[in-house]
Amino acid sequence: MYFIITALAAIVTTVFCYNMQDKHRLSILCFIYWGATLMWLVDHVLAFFIEGGELFEMTLDAALLGCLVVLSGFFVWGIILFLKNIKRSHLKTE
Amino acid sequence: MACVVVPMVEAIIVTIAKKIVQRKERKALGNSSSTETINTPMKEERQTLQMGLSWSRKLSWLNNLLWGGVFLLALEHIWHGEIILWPPFLTAMKNPADIQPMLEEMALFGTSMAIFVTVVWVIMIYIAEHKLKYNCTKIYLDD
Repeated sequence: MYFIITALAAIVTTVFCYNMQDKHRLSILCFIYWGATLMWLVDHVLAFFIEGGELFEMTLDAALLGCLVVLSGFFVWGIILFLKNIKRSHLKTE
Repeated sequence: MACVVVPMVEAIIVTIAKKIVQRKERKALGNSSSTETINTPMKEERQTLQMGLSWSRKLSWLNNLLWGGVFLLALEHIWHGEIILWPPFLTAMKNPADIQPMLEEMALFGTSMAIFVTVVWVIMIYIAEHKLKYNCTKIYLDD
């Protein structure tokens, strides 16, 4: 479930990034979500073929983890944006 | 268990490589003015149209993909109790019997993840460069 939620977040962010022409450096958020999506894709597919069982874990726990992951990605992007703005304003004043 | 370690090692290597390439590119540009260090998305876009995709920019894409993936995967591992925030950091390290399966998982899952992300990045660069060439030709023909 967390894989599906992160993949959806990656798609939505990419669409926004494309439409807003990378305003607010949305591409960084895209890369964060896509990186995790690609890694989980490999993890899920390999685990499915090697260990068997379900391809996607559809539980409340997995859904909560998905939400936490998406929010954390958003939080990290916010911090990066904040730091970059501080750096830019600092360079401008110099 | 600890598959996230392999992409993390790759991310560290890419970060170092990016810093070195960035320094070399700045030197090659002659560090024309101090304002060059202020990289706004608009400025980056203009520079890309003039000179093509720089290696530092290409590497920053891979860097963001890897670090983003590593961070969110580490969160998932913490959630599942496979990573702890105090030594030895990996739960599997507590039990000697778990070390062998952990290393096998790192070799199979971790390496596959790192290779897959890198392959996707190579495809991404190929598409971006072709798109850039197409856009440049279009601008040239429009003028």
